Amino acid sequence: MQQNIIVSGVGGQGILSIAAVIDLAALHCGLTIHQTEVHGMSQRGGAVQSHLRISDAEIHSGLITEGTADIILSVEPLEALRYLHFLSPGGRIVTATETVVNMAGYPPFELIEAELLRTGSPVLVDAAALAREAGSTKTSNMVMLGATAPFLAIDQEHLESGIMELFGPKGEKIVAMNIDAFRKGLAFSQQSIQQTVL
Amino acid sequence: MKKHLLLGAEAVAAGALDAGISGVYAYPGTPSTEITEYIQKSPEAAGRGMHTTWSANEKTAFEAALGMSYAGKRALAAMKHVGLNVAADAFINSAITGVNGGVVLAVADDPSMHSSQNEQDSRFYGRFAMVPVIEPASQQELYEATIRAFDLSESLQLPVLLRLTTRLAHSRAGVTRATTRSENPLHAEYAPERFVLMPQNARRQYEGLLGKQKTLERLSGGSSPLNRMIPGTGPLGVLACGIAFNYAMEAKKTFDLDISVLKIGQYPLPRHLVEDLFARCETVLVTEEGYPIHEELLRGWFDDKNIRGRLDGALPRTGELSTGLLAEALGAKLPAPAQGSGIVVNRPPELCRGCGHRDLFEALNRVMEGFDNHHVFSDIGCYTLGALPPYHAIHTCVDMGAAITMAKGAADAGLRPAVCVIGDSTFTHSGMTGLLDAVNDRSPLTVIIADNDTTAMTGGQDSAATGSRLYDICRGLGVEESRIRTILPLKQHLEENMAVLRQEIAYDGLSVVLAQRECIETAARKKRRAGSKSANQ
Repeated sequence: MQQNIIVSGVGGQGILSIAAVIDLAALHCGLTIHQTEVHGMSQRGGAVQSHLRISDAEIHSGLITEGTADIILSVEPLEALRYLHFLSPGGRIVTATETVVNMAGYPPFELIEAELLRTGSPVLVDAAALAREAGSTKTSNMVMLGATAPFLAIDQEHLESGIMELFGPKGEKIVAMNIDAFRKGLAFSQQSIQQTVL
Repeated sequence: MKKHLLLGAEAVAAGALDAGISGVYAYPGTPSTEITEYIQKSPEAAGRGMHTTWSANEKTAFEAALGMSYAGKRALAAMKHVGLNVAADAFINSAITGVNGGVVLAVADDPSMHSSQNEQDSRFYGRFAMVPVIEPASQQELYEATIRAFDLSESLQLPVLLRLTTRLAHSRAGVTRATTRSENPLHAEYAPERFVLMPQNARRQYEGLLGKQKTLERLSGGSSPLNRMIPGTGPLGVLACGIAFNYAMEAKKTFDLDISVLKIGQYPLPRHLVEDLFARCETVLVTEEGYPIHEELLRGWFDDKNIRGRLDGALPRTGELSTGLLAEALGAKLPAPAQGSGIVVNRPPELCRGCGHRDLFEALNRVMEGFDNHHVFSDIGCYTLGALPPYHAIHTCVDMGAAITMAKGAADAGLRPAVCVIGDSTFTHSGMTGLLDAVNDRSPLTVIIADNDTTAMTGGQDSAATGSRLYDICRGLGVEESRIRTILPLKQHLEENMAVLRQEIAYDGLSVVLAQRECIETAARKKRRAGSKSANQ
């Protein structure tokens, strides 16, 4: 088993927390992990991405080769498209639909949506709304992790214990809110998969 | 064995802790910052009472590390590649004096310039100083090699340069830690014949360093776990330095290439292993994450055509390597490139909403509009983002401290007004000496110190001097009291801030304007910490 995942978004959206939860979960499953991060200048409202590779065998390269990503998990729709050339022919995009417009020339959402739909069956999630339901828009990242969970090679239980471990130091309330956000994303995704099948 | 998920930078830190260091000396800089931060947050550092606070710059950091070594204890110095330019004087000469307690200099290079102004290769400095250079390829190897580097340093009595690059420093993988060694006892010996580098001592010490070079090469050979051959039977070979080894192995596996791979993680190059690779293979691809240092060396003046690499275009001359690049250079049949999206536009980084630098640049831009010459010299930090839209407020950013000195030189040439913007941490790093030059020459200069109370760009580390201490420093260097002004960069203070800037720019002498407002990120972090503390009580 090997899975290549690109996690993307805008600096400040909690990309690294998503990666950290998957890392912790994979570690507990006894899998090998390799995960790149972006620090420094680009973090200030710029495009941020993490290459995440999990496998039951040795991983040599930390970087995902173009055309071989199984999943692009994005917290911002244009950022999902930024890494499209990494997506494998059968790969899937799971992205939040709320845009972050902090530069000139941001394309209209209809265009972005059309590009996303060109990739087969992307899962488009109104993460902000689900996060608000969970108690804070800050949990959008965990909504997105939940929405991606059905496609990950790690089960829900391990992912949730990853969330508990990561957010544990911030207190029970924060943990509960993030678990709730994760489950809301998961439920949405499962429902949308069913609809696609029907 | 428990696996820790560590960034490469953190693996170096863990290795140094377990090697029994007594202190880390560093100045923050991407991608090296997390080395020191990991040690600062570690229970070991607190328990052992280690030195972990940030130094004013990389030179003071490395010199202190050398001093700790003089006193018999082990020290880690950490910095980014361009920081080694600042520390170079101390580093090169420490190879002449040699060390007592182990000294490892961990330098993080930034090929592709993700967060830097160049992609210089620190291995050059290792060759230049003639010390062992270690360049591991994985997090586990970084951890183990750091411990080994301290052994090497103590047995050779030389500093060891440990080089890592962005992708390794900033990627996470599982690391298993060994047991921790105890620190060295305090043991300072008088050895002026080594440490007083007057010519007669320096000449003898230098001969000694030259005499060690054969040993260094021998140590890179058989006994180093960092250098080894992964043999194949085909005519193609790869000399894979540092992280390039990962890409070579990934390409070998993915594209089923029958290649011999010589993994290199310790320099000087092991002669017999290199000769073995060339004996096995007709063509050798030299892969280096950085400058083609060894490719150039192996090619030689007569340009051996059986050597491929960055210099003949088999690999790009600049930037990071990747599996795809190596595979292509090795003749693998790559699948058709995946289609990107044509509608994606760049998303450059920007100053945070609510950041005080925004209000400073707003005021400065309005004031500078009134001049034909509106050049503003600046420096390295978050405020460098003022060069981008919507502000376009600054026109230079070269190296730490150059804002003041370049503005001074331009003023000497007759440029009026001569205005510069420098951050608090950059000012204490390398700006103070330039300000003294300006004081001594009575330069007509307006120095704006954008003091946000922290080293913000690298994540909010403690700055060497902020607030009233900056005033004291400027006053102490000889700036007139009446010409040190303080402004609060806030929207509602725009008019009065513009008035202060106008007055000081109009003044035909040296002025300092301290624009002081705490970084909003740091302030928020403090608030969160205070909040979680009171919640726990």
